[in-house]
Amino acid sequence: MPELRFQNLTLGYDRHPAVHHLDGLVKNGALVAIVGPNGAGKSTLFKGIVGALKPLAGSVERCGVDGRGIAYLPQVPDIDRSFPINVYDMVAMGLWRSRGVLGGIAGKDHHAIKTAIASVGLTGFERRPIGTLSGGQMQRMLFARLLTQDARLILLDEPFAAIDARTSTELLAVVQRWHAERRTVLAALHDVDLVKAVFPETLLLARETVAWGPTREVLTAENLNRARRMCEAFDESAEACAVAAE
Amino acid sequence: MLYDNLIAPFADFEFMRRALIGTIALAFGAPPIGVFLMLRRMSLIGDAMAHAILPGAAIGFLLAGLSLPAIAGAGLVAGFLIAIGAGLISRSTALKEDASLAALFVISLALGVTIVSLKGSNIDLMHFLFGSVLAIGNAALVLILAITSVSLIVLALIWRPLVLECVDPGFLRSVSRAGGPAHVAFLALVVVNLVGGFQVLGTLLAVGIMMLPAIASRFWARDITGMIAVAVMCAIISSYAGLLLSYRAELPSGPAIILVAGLIYLLSVALGPVGGLIWLVLPRRHLEA
Repeated sequence: MPELRFQNLTLGYDRHPAVHHLDGLVKNGALVAIVGPNGAGKSTLFKGIVGALKPLAGSVERCGVDGRGIAYLPQVPDIDRSFPINVYDMVAMGLWRSRGVLGGIAGKDHHAIKTAIASVGLTGFERRPIGTLSGGQMQRMLFARLLTQDARLILLDEPFAAIDARTSTELLAVVQRWHAERRTVLAALHDVDLVKAVFPETLLLARETVAWGPTREVLTAENLNRARRMCEAFDESAEACAVAAE
Repeated sequence: MLYDNLIAPFADFEFMRRALIGTIALAFGAPPIGVFLMLRRMSLIGDAMAHAILPGAAIGFLLAGLSLPAIAGAGLVAGFLIAIGAGLISRSTALKEDASLAALFVISLALGVTIVSLKGSNIDLMHFLFGSVLAIGNAALVLILAITSVSLIVLALIWRPLVLECVDPGFLRSVSRAGGPAHVAFLALVVVNLVGGFQVLGTLLAVGIMMLPAIASRFWARDITGMIAVAVMCAIISSYAGLLLSYRAELPSGPAIILVAGLIYLLSVALGPVGGLIWLVLPRRHLEA
């Protein structure tokens, strides 16, 4: 059963496509790496999947999950780090979908929050204001919040950028656990070696699909070179796209 | 001796008791709103809104004289119109919201003063600008108490989306649609509390009891609940000490209350345990870990 179906999906800004004519399926429980040079449309694709960006053409079909049932970690989360809130409360916000605006946080919720904080190695940091966290600790906290969100579809945009090796190894373990729990995970990544080691499936994107399939068939030197060449600069005076809209 | 100085003015005079009840009621409703305004970097919005209330209140006065429902009602309408107007202008033009509010609030102030002067005397004008704490009637008292009760209830209801919209608006949008309605309800609370404050402290000072204790609280507490508790305490102390000061020294009472709040603010900046200036002069030894 598919989790996501892209049909001739074109996403972009001000009529300029950033993702161009994407077709394909993400199966339920898949662990997919999305690889591509800067400007390849990885973040744009995520915005399209969560519904923050309306397609210029085509469609993205979410089978069985609504937009709010997706756990999404943006590349640069829009967090006011000077706000006086602590790690525990921030992680608790992941329960929003089940608790809503007024629902109380019950005993088992406290357990879920503590477990999530423990699985990212932040035990002891519960009462720390978020402004005092380092970059890596911040990312651990956001992963704990993704854990409490308990979502079937998880989107991670560059989750390991600017994170040290130990932190990324531990957070990667969380991703692998999600995979083992049959959740669908899509992660935009730069580190080709890491993708080869962990992700069974890869979408190589350079505005258009370069290749999509089993990682070792996709991440060949030839494909990676092709991706680099395809992702040329944005053309101010581009003509209207000739591919007919369906 | 202590009784004579601290309690007798309130025991002996009914107008002092009313003033104290009115300002303390205000002290429970307005400072929590001020804390959120400060955390959302909207501290000046309160000021702008307070000015916006004046022409409305003045029109109420022009039409119905010194009648509380007319003045409060018209002030409320004007406050909402300016809030919506500023939102619309910033959305449909290149102006940012703060710029459009800055433009609208000076216009409102000029318009309000002009309208009051058409009918009233300078005394009326002073009443509008600086309030009349010592002349709060029953109706005004009930209005302030009602506003405070409603504010606290609504604040409790919108607490979670309001906090999350301050910290991580992107996340809130991804899990809920509550952000927009919570923001509108919050702006309504700002206007309503300023109308309450207007009865006591007038257009120019109402925002003082909302913002000064809230800003001072930042120097005393690290979490939002603590900040709100500190802000409410500061506002209560300012009300009581300000009224006493005005009674003893025969000072105008509204400004006296705000001056005490201002003094607390300055002391907090200087001595507050969370980032007060004193810690620059007296560095504490760093910790082991």
